[in-house]
Amino acid sequence: NGKIEWAMWANEQALAAGLILLTGGIVGVAGQFRDREFAAYSIAAGVFVCLLEYPRGKRNKGTSVERTGQYCFTVCVKSFGPLTRNYYVRAFLHAAICVPGGFILAAVLGCVCLGIASLIYLAAAIRGEQWEPILPWKESARKPVGESIKLPPQNPPPRPPAEMRRKRAEDLEAAAYVNPIAVTANDD
Amino acid sequence: MGNWIINHGLSSFILVVWMAINIFLFLWFYFFYDLGDQFFYTRHILGSALAWARAPAAVLNFNCLLILLPVCRNLLSLIRGSFMCCGRTMRKQLDKNISFHKLVAYMIGLMTAVHTIAHFLNVEWYYNSRLGKYDDLSMALSSLDDSGNTTFLNPIRSTTTTPTLLVFTSVAGITGVIITLSLILIITSSMEVIRRSYFEVFWFTHHLFIVFFAGLVIHGAGRIVRSQTTTNPLHNATFCKDRIDDWGKIQECPVPQFAGGFPQTWMWVIGPMILYVCERLLRFIRYMQTVKYRKIVIRPSKVLELQLVKNGFKMDVGQYVFLNCPAISQLEWHPFTMTSAPEEDFFSVHIRSVGDWTQKLISIVEQLPEGAEGPKMGVDGPFGTASEDVFDYEVAMLVGAGIGVTPFASILKSIWYKFKDSNPKLRTRKIYFYWLCRETHAFEWFADLLQLLEREMEERGMGSFLTYKLYLTGWDQSHANHVMVHADADTDVVTGLKQKTNYGRPNWDKEFEQVRKENPTSVVGTFLCGPAVLATVLSKKCVKYTDVDPRKTKFYFNKENF
Repeated sequence: NGKIEWAMWANEQALAAGLILLTGGIVGVAGQFRDREFAAYSIAAGVFVCLLEYPRGKRNKGTSVERTGQYCFTVCVKSFGPLTRNYYVRAFLHAAICVPGGFILAAVLGCVCLGIASLIYLAAAIRGEQWEPILPWKESARKPVGESIKLPPQNPPPRPPAEMRRKRAEDLEAAAYVNPIAVTANDD
Repeated sequence: MGNWIINHGLSSFILVVWMAINIFLFLWFYFFYDLGDQFFYTRHILGSALAWARAPAAVLNFNCLLILLPVCRNLLSLIRGSFMCCGRTMRKQLDKNISFHKLVAYMIGLMTAVHTIAHFLNVEWYYNSRLGKYDDLSMALSSLDDSGNTTFLNPIRSTTTTPTLLVFTSVAGITGVIITLSLILIITSSMEVIRRSYFEVFWFTHHLFIVFFAGLVIHGAGRIVRSQTTTNPLHNATFCKDRIDDWGKIQECPVPQFAGGFPQTWMWVIGPMILYVCERLLRFIRYMQTVKYRKIVIRPSKVLELQLVKNGFKMDVGQYVFLNCPAISQLEWHPFTMTSAPEEDFFSVHIRSVGDWTQKLISIVEQLPEGAEGPKMGVDGPFGTASEDVFDYEVAMLVGAGIGVTPFASILKSIWYKFKDSNPKLRTRKIYFYWLCRETHAFEWFADLLQLLEREMEERGMGSFLTYKLYLTGWDQSHANHVMVHADADTDVVTGLKQKTNYGRPNWDKEFEQVRKENPTSVVGTFLCGPAVLATVLSKKCVKYTDVDPRKTKFYFNKENF
């Protein structure tokens, strides 16, 4: 807890950038701006970035907080293996995606935000960070329970033979014991 | 319902007033731009996108004014002090300063989005108009140039530019992009995940607010939003709009003149900006004052206790200070609650290793040779929090979770001193203290304090003054076994105290019932320093167990937060 994992911030920034790209694209298309092909691209790019960045990666140290309902996204992103695990790839990918956004006004903000996210991911990659999926707690993580505990006992508990356990009438002193709780006779 | 009013009434009222002002500003300026005659021609090109851009701008002015105020800690302390007479409900509102700061920030974010989108549309419409894609009137208006006896309406002067180019060659455009970017970076680095785990990233990026305010103030300097000025003779837009060819030729329709609005944002934000600058200056002055070490102790579980002395330093219970250690970082100030009582001639903090800064501090101190002076430290504060009020309540319920027990160390010590001196300021007759902790190690330094208090109270026959319950929330089988074996011992096996440790979490309903039963007519103050979840639980219980009848028990909830 404490060491800065840049990827965590890069992720927030990239997700925000995705949303901004998406919004800018919608404005461009709905407002029928010129060069609205770029606006349409912006929508697609925004959606793609959001899908990629929605599942948070696992932190190296400390507890990882999942975003609501991110499990299915985690599975999707995980399936691309090294392409999504490696932050150099993400940094390059975001840098490439953001460029066409710079061509229309409505997507300029999204473009710059994504560019910044790309730089932060680059910093994360240089520091050796990786994207690890947050997966549900596996059964094997629990301490393995011995198999014998699941079967009922086969043998009676060890005891001395019955003759020794029986109270002897000859030796009253040894047979007697003190009650832990005081016993009083019922007077009524 | 009545209970809710007692506990949340004033906060809700303040929120309603704030929202009402926002709505009023939005609507007022919306209709100002959507109906005003001087914007008739502007609206012809832009439609209602003009009003949709200017209305959030007004709301932004208001909220940018507000956002700096909740973080002027010294100002807040001043207000708290002068409100001492006005009842605790008023003063409690100041505890929620950070929540309000966040709320205002959300509003700024939302309004920025609306404002930016509307201006994207505006720029596009202006661009289209300039290229003649709209009607003749639009064309005529856009052709008006800033030469001779005409003034322009459409800020796009050339036909070869693009909307993006316009944005990056105008003051409004460049400042707009820069400050929006700053805002976005501030917001992403302020997300809970980042703030709680990587405080330095949050704190440094947050200083982009300086860029934000600088850009904000000059954002309107280009006067890009134009309105029609009064000419002599008057140009009646409704009459003249269909007579474009006659403009400047007939008396009723001289060529219409336009001018940009005077930038107003600076008028809104200059006050708070000055206040905030004063706030930071005060912090700097305090930093320059000498701070000496009286004692340095490394406690179990990597807790560092620093006892410091500073000239003229006066504190109250439960207050916190900001510490700065130039050896670790020149710029970072970190908050710590004080664990000493005001009656002592020093002040102390207990620091736990939770991040980069605290870790470095602890390792520096660990490597100090025996008897050496600690690293140079700057101290700003003290700053007030809810704990100051604890002595005003006849009955107090104090709940500390984990390291959140820290302010209560200060309170309990102060009580001990006040009690010994029979201080009349102490209105408290009874204290219930609940300490929740996951593991036993962290108990030690606090357990020592409780042992001391236990002994003192026994000596004076005041055993009933302080009731405390300890809850070990992270117990496992080995703990349980250990306790079972030693069940007969006189003192608790874990803490060495006479009162036994409980396992698991407290049953709050039972606890509140007990407090209410034992104090049927009192005002009970509940103080928590711990996680937000617990705060929700406790504040709900306070509402639940408070009687609307003013003669019966009333619970007030106070939360510490950093």
